[in-house]
Amino acid sequence: MTAVSTRTPAVAAAGTGTSVPGELRVVAMVWERELIRYTRTRTRIVSGFAQPVLFLLVLGYGMSGLVGTTGGFTFRQFVYPGVVAMSVVMTAMFSAMSIVWDREFGFLREMLVAPVSRASLVLGKTAGGATVAAAQGTIMLVLAPLVGIRLTPLLVVEVIGIELLMAVAMTTFGVFVASRIQRMESFQVVMQMLLMPMLFLSGALFPLNGLPAWLAVVTRLNPLTYAVAPLRQVVFSAQDMSAAARARFPTNVTILGHTLPIWWELAVVAVFALVFFVLAHRGLSRTE
Amino acid sequence: MDADRVRAGTAVRGQGPVVSADADFAQRPVRDGAGPAVDVHGLAKRYGEVVAVAGVDFSVAQGEVFALLGPNGAGKSTTIKMLCTLARPTSGRATVAGYDVLSAAREVRRRIGLVFQEQTLDDQLTAEENLRFHAVLYGVPHDRVEPRIARVLDLVALSDRRRHLVSTYSGGMARRLEIARGMLHTPRILFLDEPTLGLDPQTRALMWDDVLRLREEEGVTIFLTTHYMDEAEYADRIAIIDHGSIIALGTPSALKASVGADTVTLGTDDDEAALASLKRVGYTAVHTEGGITVFVDDEESAVGPIVSAAEVPVRTVRARRPTLDDVFLHFTGREIREQHGEAVPMFARAHGARRR
Repeated sequence: MTAVSTRTPAVAAAGTGTSVPGELRVVAMVWERELIRYTRTRTRIVSGFAQPVLFLLVLGYGMSGLVGTTGGFTFRQFVYPGVVAMSVVMTAMFSAMSIVWDREFGFLREMLVAPVSRASLVLGKTAGGATVAAAQGTIMLVLAPLVGIRLTPLLVVEVIGIELLMAVAMTTFGVFVASRIQRMESFQVVMQMLLMPMLFLSGALFPLNGLPAWLAVVTRLNPLTYAVAPLRQVVFSAQDMSAAARARFPTNVTILGHTLPIWWELAVVAVFALVFFVLAHRGLSRTE
Repeated sequence: MDADRVRAGTAVRGQGPVVSADADFAQRPVRDGAGPAVDVHGLAKRYGEVVAVAGVDFSVAQGEVFALLGPNGAGKSTTIKMLCTLARPTSGRATVAGYDVLSAAREVRRRIGLVFQEQTLDDQLTAEENLRFHAVLYGVPHDRVEPRIARVLDLVALSDRRRHLVSTYSGGMARRLEIARGMLHTPRILFLDEPTLGLDPQTRALMWDDVLRLREEEGVTIFLTTHYMDEAEYADRIAIIDHGSIIALGTPSALKASVGADTVTLGTDDDEAALASLKRVGYTAVHTEGGITVFVDDEESAVGPIVSAAEVPVRTVRARRPTLDDVFLHFTGREIREQHGEAVPMFARAHGARRR
């Protein structure tokens, strides 16, 4: 097979390269690196926690007086799942966007020139970002008793599951955006022009019913809307809520008067994740 | 030997592209059935109207240290990128480790190690973690990873820093770690693009020790680009590239010989008398600004006899052997250091004794 003999045979030539186990090792390694980097930067964990807490305090307590309670249910309780989602989304996005740093500091090149599939790299990055983001979102659960949200073991499992799906979607989206960004300065712009509007218009921080028509349309076009709604729905279904409260704070997305079931919403998020996985893969293949 | 060298030089002079037979290199052992590590024919790269590489031909033998020497923008990096499959040639053909860079890019990548100009380590990971990551990327078998990491770290003397974060490394240490990483998957050919850029002389010397030890112990072929003359001295052969074309190629000694002979310049109390006496005993000598210049095969051994042959009191003696700077000047008509504002450190001189 080899036309050229080597002085030191076997080791290099025996590389697994294109094999499936080899590619899986790559996925696992990229995933592991994400985790190592996450646990090594305490500031990131703290800020990933502090920012949503700030929103919870400002909105949950600041607005509660204004909104009042409906059947014993406060705005604080309403906004809590949204803040959890926010923490997941921001962590996932940040993790994915670290590709911009990798590009700046050269490590992206080390990955891209390796004889491995780009899909394995995106997959590893996605898995890593999703794990980190879901972990960050799960840390937020310690705040639940403080805002009057009751947790059950089933609820925790459901929340983590939805967090993972949401995080996968946001990571693939983030990797795609990062693959199009050449400079670090653009990172802030993306965060402010893309992530913040997406978060604010997702229903994370206010109910989606009774909005002006144009705003209603915008929120329905926002893929994040379909990730926030299921999270809120599973959280609310574990609470004792009066009918009045449920009417005041609906959880499902309604389109043209139709209420989407939770599986549909999750399917929208899954499709979004898949589309951006393909685009992210293409984006990274363009580089070099 | 010296006569051969000078003759080769004379034959080569003024012919443009030069490929000398390289007596010293031919003596290296060639393994049975071993093809060239790198084989390039008419390789060219254009970016729109701009010609980066204008069709180059050369071949690098296995185990050779081959340097591509040229000023910034000469086409060095583009050439190395094409060989590493990171840039598509516009025309021409290149095989690396026996595989075509276009049709078998992945096979090529698996068999080469790369050290880029810019750092490509993750400085939030430890040295070991960086190496482990690389081992997985290049499919080093599981049971080989640990011994291989220990080995390459040992080769670059970084074993004791193995669990330190790369962010705590100095520039030189990081560069050496990158070289270790490039060798981790036991590549056939290690490509180094300006490996010593920005390193201080001591670190550069250490790096060169590493590289030459790697060649010695692992039999790897080294292909590097540089714009430091003194560094090219370490190479078995040098290709001088300028404006995208190779304008000279040969061993350092053959290239120097092609520029001209060694000279000994004397300042005496009576230059006319000295000139006459020297010519009488058969030396080729001329009047020059500094006194009398005598052309010789080997300046070192010629100084004594010349001084006594001059037969008049000698005040000054200056012996000179052509340098690679002369070579570059000769072939390009300008000095390489004009290309960048930086003085070239006298590195080869200080460390000349280290060479084997």
